[in-house]
Amino acid sequence: MKSPSIYPLGDTAAVVEFGGGISAATMRRIAALGQQLVRQPLPGLRETVPAYTTLTVFYDPACAYEQVAAWLRNALTASEAAPNTPVSPPEVVEIPVCYGGEYGPDLAAVAAHTGLEMNEVITRHAAPTYLVHLLGFLPGFPYLGVLDAQLTTPRRASPRARVPAGAVGIAGAQTGIYPLASPGGWQLIGRTPLRLFDPAWPEPTRLRAGQQLRFVPISATEFEKMRQMCRYKDV
Amino acid sequence: MSISLIRPGLLTTVQDLGRPGYRAAGVPLGGALDAPALRLANLLVGNAPGEASLEITLAGPTLRFEAPHLLALVGADLSATLDGKPLPLGRPVAVQAGTVLAFGAARAGCRAYLALAGGLGLPPVLGSCSTLVRAALGGLHGRALLAGDVLPAPGPGGPGAALRARLALAFQGSSHAAAPWHPAPAERPALAAAPVLRALPGPEYAEFAPESQRAFWQQPFTVTPAADRMGYRLAGPPLARLAGAELLSSAVAPGTVQVPPGGQPIVLLADCQTTGGYPRLAHVIAPDLGLLAQARPGTPLRFQQLSQAEAHALYLAQEAQLRTLAANYSAFLTQWLRQ
Repeated sequence: MKSPSIYPLGDTAAVVEFGGGISAATMRRIAALGQQLVRQPLPGLRETVPAYTTLTVFYDPACAYEQVAAWLRNALTASEAAPNTPVSPPEVVEIPVCYGGEYGPDLAAVAAHTGLEMNEVITRHAAPTYLVHLLGFLPGFPYLGVLDAQLTTPRRASPRARVPAGAVGIAGAQTGIYPLASPGGWQLIGRTPLRLFDPAWPEPTRLRAGQQLRFVPISATEFEKMRQMCRYKDV
Repeated sequence: MSISLIRPGLLTTVQDLGRPGYRAAGVPLGGALDAPALRLANLLVGNAPGEASLEITLAGPTLRFEAPHLLALVGADLSATLDGKPLPLGRPVAVQAGTVLAFGAARAGCRAYLALAGGLGLPPVLGSCSTLVRAALGGLHGRALLAGDVLPAPGPGGPGAALRARLALAFQGSSHAAAPWHPAPAERPALAAAPVLRALPGPEYAEFAPESQRAFWQQPFTVTPAADRMGYRLAGPPLARLAGAELLSSAVAPGTVQVPPGGQPIVLLADCQTTGGYPRLAHVIAPDLGLLAQARPGTPLRFQQLSQAEAHALYLAQEAQLRTLAANYSAFLTQWLRQ
C-alpha cells in the first residue's frame, strides 16, 4: 500500500493523494480519512472533497499550509491505522430506470455502436453494483464505477442543448445520472423518476461518494407512477 | 419596499460570499467574483460583509427604487447615474422613493456591486443567496434578473438607518444625496488595465515542459470572449504538458489554472465545477481573484510566481486591511453621526 502524498492546491486547500488508480480499496481509505477529519476536525478546516484517488481539504487561508499539512499527516496516521473500517452503508441504493424509448433516446445508438441487442445493453447496464466515486460536474452528479467494458460508447457528436433531470447516460467508459436539466453530450439510455438533488433536503443529494448503487429496470407505466409519487419537478 | 427592474443589463445576479460546505455534493462555492468589492459595498451601508447584493456585469441594468434606500456601488466604473446625475463609486448614497439607477459605458473594470442597507429579502438556499444559474439555485428564482422583476428589499435598519437619515438632510430638492467623504482610494479594490496576478505552481506544474513553465510566468495572456462566472479561457503562448500519467478527476477551485489538450489555459472562477480532469498548471492566490474578476475580454494578464509563504502573508495582509478599514469606518461613522 503506497503511502499517500500531500500537496497544496493554491492557497486555500491541501490535497491528500492516495495514488494507485481507481479502486474500491482507495475509496475506503479516502472515506476513512474523511471520517477521521469529522471526528477530529483540524483547526480552520472548511470542507473536504473526495475524488477517485484524492481527498482535497479546504481550509481557512489564515492557517499556514505547512501547519495544515502537518495536521493532515497526523490524521492520516490515525485513519490508516484502521483502514478496514467499513465505510459504505451495507445497503445498496436502488435507482429505478426506465430504459429506451423517449426515456433513453440514445439506447439504439449505443446498441448499434456496441453491436449488442438493446435488451442486452439494458441487462449489462443494470447488472453491476456500482460504486459512487465522487459527485461533480453538476450538484449531485455521481461518477460511477465500473461500467461493463462492452458498453463503452463515445459521447454524442453534438451535445444536446437540454438533457432532462434524471437522465442516465454513458460517455466513453463512464456512466452517470443527470440530477438537473443541463446541456450535455452523454448518450442517454434511460431515465430515473427519482430526484437526486433537492436543496430543501437536509442533505441536498440522494447519493454520496463511497455509496453503492444498482440500476433497476422499470416500465414506462411504473416510471410515470413513481414520478407522480416523487412529485418530480423538472428544473 | 422593493426594487423594480426596468432593464436587466447584460448579467445582473444576486450574490453574496458563496455557498461553502457543499462541494463534496458537487455544488460550486459560487458567490461574488470580486468578493472584496462586495464586502466594501456592504460595509459602506452598515451591512454584515456577506449580505446579498447585486453583481452587475459590464452593461448595467436600469432599476427603480420603490422606497427610500441607502446604497453603495463598488467595483467597476460602469458610468452609473441616479436620475441622470453621476453616481459616485465607493460611498454611501441615500435615495428617495422613485429614484432611477441606470448605467452607461463600461469605463474601467468588469463588475460592480450594488449593496443596499438591509440587504435583499430573499431566502438563502443551502446557506447562501448566491445565484448559481447553471443549477437554478439561489438569488431570484435561481436566474439572472429580467425586466419586470421586483426584488424585495426591506430597507435600512440599525446603522444604515441612522446614516440614511443623516444623508437625507442634504437632499435639497434632489432625489439622492451622497456622503461627502469616502474611504481612502488605496483601500478600495484595485482596478488595473493590465493586471499582474500572483499565483502558485499547481499540482501538475512539474509535468509541464520547462519552456511552457517559463512562458506562463513571462508572457502575457489575453482574456478571450469565452469568459463567464465559471472561468476565463485565456489566449497566449501554447502550454504543453510532457507525458504524464492519465489524470483522474480531482478537486479544482476558484483560481485554478487548468490546461486542456489544446494548450490554452482556463482560469477558474467562483462558479467553477468542483472537480476536473485537466492538468493544473498554477493557482491564482485568493487575494487576487477580485482583480482577475475585473478583467474583461481583451484584457492582457500576466502571472507572477509566489511561494506558499508569500501567498499566506498576502492573504493575512488583505484580511487585516479589510478589518482595519471596517473598524476605522465604524469609528468614523459613530463620530460623524454625532456631529
